Amino acid sequence: MSGATLTALPAAAPRRLGHAGFWLATTVVALLVILALRGLGSEYAYFAATFVLQYVVLATAWNILGGYAGYVNFGAAAFFAAGAYTTVAIGKALGLGLLPCIGFAAIVGGALGLGTGVLTLRLRGAYFAIATLCLAVVLQTLVVNWSFVGGSRGAYVLRPREVPLGFDSYSGYLCAVAVVLAAASVAVARTIEKSRLGLGLAALRDDEAAAEAAGVPTLRLKLVATTISGAMMAVAGAPLPYLGSYVEPNSAFGLAYAVNAIAMPLIGGTASWAGPLIGAVLLASLQQAATVTISSAANLLIVGGVLVVFVCVAPHGIIGLFRGRR
Amino acid sequence: MNDIVLRAEGVGKRFGGFTALSGIDLEVRAGERLGLIGPNGSGKSTFTNCLAGAFASHDGTFTFKGERLAGLKPHERARRGLARTFQLPRPFRGLTVIENIRVPLAYAGREAATEARAMECLEAVELSAKAHRMPKELTQVELRRLELARATALRPELLIADEAMAGLSHAEVDQILALLFRLNAGGTTIIMIEHVMRAVTEFSQRLAVLVAGRKVADGAPREVLALPEVEEAYLGR
Repeated sequence: MSGATLTALPAAAPRRLGHAGFWLATTVVALLVILALRGLGSEYAYFAATFVLQYVVLATAWNILGGYAGYVNFGAAAFFAAGAYTTVAIGKALGLGLLPCIGFAAIVGGALGLGTGVLTLRLRGAYFAIATLCLAVVLQTLVVNWSFVGGSRGAYVLRPREVPLGFDSYSGYLCAVAVVLAAASVAVARTIEKSRLGLGLAALRDDEAAAEAAGVPTLRLKLVATTISGAMMAVAGAPLPYLGSYVEPNSAFGLAYAVNAIAMPLIGGTASWAGPLIGAVLLASLQQAATVTISSAANLLIVGGVLVVFVCVAPHGIIGLFRGRR
Repeated sequence: MNDIVLRAEGVGKRFGGFTALSGIDLEVRAGERLGLIGPNGSGKSTFTNCLAGAFASHDGTFTFKGERLAGLKPHERARRGLARTFQLPRPFRGLTVIENIRVPLAYAGREAATEARAMECLEAVELSAKAHRMPKELTQVELRRLELARATALRPELLIADEAMAGLSHAEVDQILALLFRLNAGGTTIIMIEHVMRAVTEFSQRLAVLVAGRKVADGAPREVLALPEVEEAYLGR
């Protein structure tokens, strides 16, 4: 490269934090958040934070397929509920606690994602979206008719008497787990985004035929994305039975999860790991505030209103407002 | 120079009841510059899509560097050194110019997708000054150059330049032609599919003509263009 060419270059791409540096920074932030919440020591603060953080995981997971690869998944609630019901089923069958159940949920969600991908990824656009919506309906019907996990009556999950790791309450422990899951999901998303996989997903999102012509194995990448996204969405749902001590199909497969999983990345911005994080914190906090001040019934109304505003004013989300070039 | 890099034998493609290609035989020698011409709807793009793997041909076979291409997906053909450009530039619009080049570098598996190598590809098409711009900021001819840079980042043995000069001015056509000549001088075999006859005749060592999905001529450009059936295909009876 000649010196003359170098001087003719516009501003070079900014230096970015490496993967290890980002994981370390995320770990530090997670520890600070856990300490801050513990300092508050309020049961409500734990509950509200867990509520917001589960959406951080869900929105970040959705964005790996929906944002990076451009495949809109309307079945987020199915994966989320699969995670919740894995906790119920494994807890009941094997008597395992929350952490092993989260691991099983990741496996179930990943397998579900891979299966969904194999069956649907030759579809695109609205056809793919409708196929994922069908998945939620099929899965909910299965759960409703599966008496082992409570069927349509739902299932109670009792929190253990002993609180692990010296936390002051089980809610505090649950919240710390949610912080770790949220931090890990953001770090995973960022690692994917800045990796070879992220580059390939971005290429196929923009033009699948051109990506293939450039050597990108698009089908394989989409399967990887559906698997990771599915696993993470199920992980988001795994702590749900412990959060309310009760889970039933209508709430676990609720419209709120499917809508929020899409709305949060769209509002934050789908092209970056930070978008779903910002969108989830903003929208989930707003919904939690509305729940305690107005009514929980106002939640979806708020999501819809904010979404309409953003689609009109900032179609590339909050991140897009600061990144005029994209 | 006499090694056959690509051999098409009896290639046919149908869309429902419509036969787009029928019995196409074609041989391309290593390092050759072949012009593939024909009126609109003659099957040039269908042939390209079949060769690149975007369409599955119904009949016949493609053999590239001695290997049958049947069953190979487009990305597998690209990795084997068969690159193409598109009629309308199809950049990855969410990626910067240099990121567009990093995609084939990262996935073709032939070399490391370093910034320096990507910049080298952009320099070859005189686009390095816009490396960190978005594709929407490029002019039409710059988009064509980006398209060529992305294809050549694969270090292809064979490049199919599908109407790389459509809609360009006289001077811009000369720029793209110069690029293609440079690529060919570097050892890349090129099939040029083009309607700009000045460019085709200047560039091609050999011309093949498709009409209504059949190959009607194949030979030296001057002789092929003088054939009555070629003249008729373009000008009518």
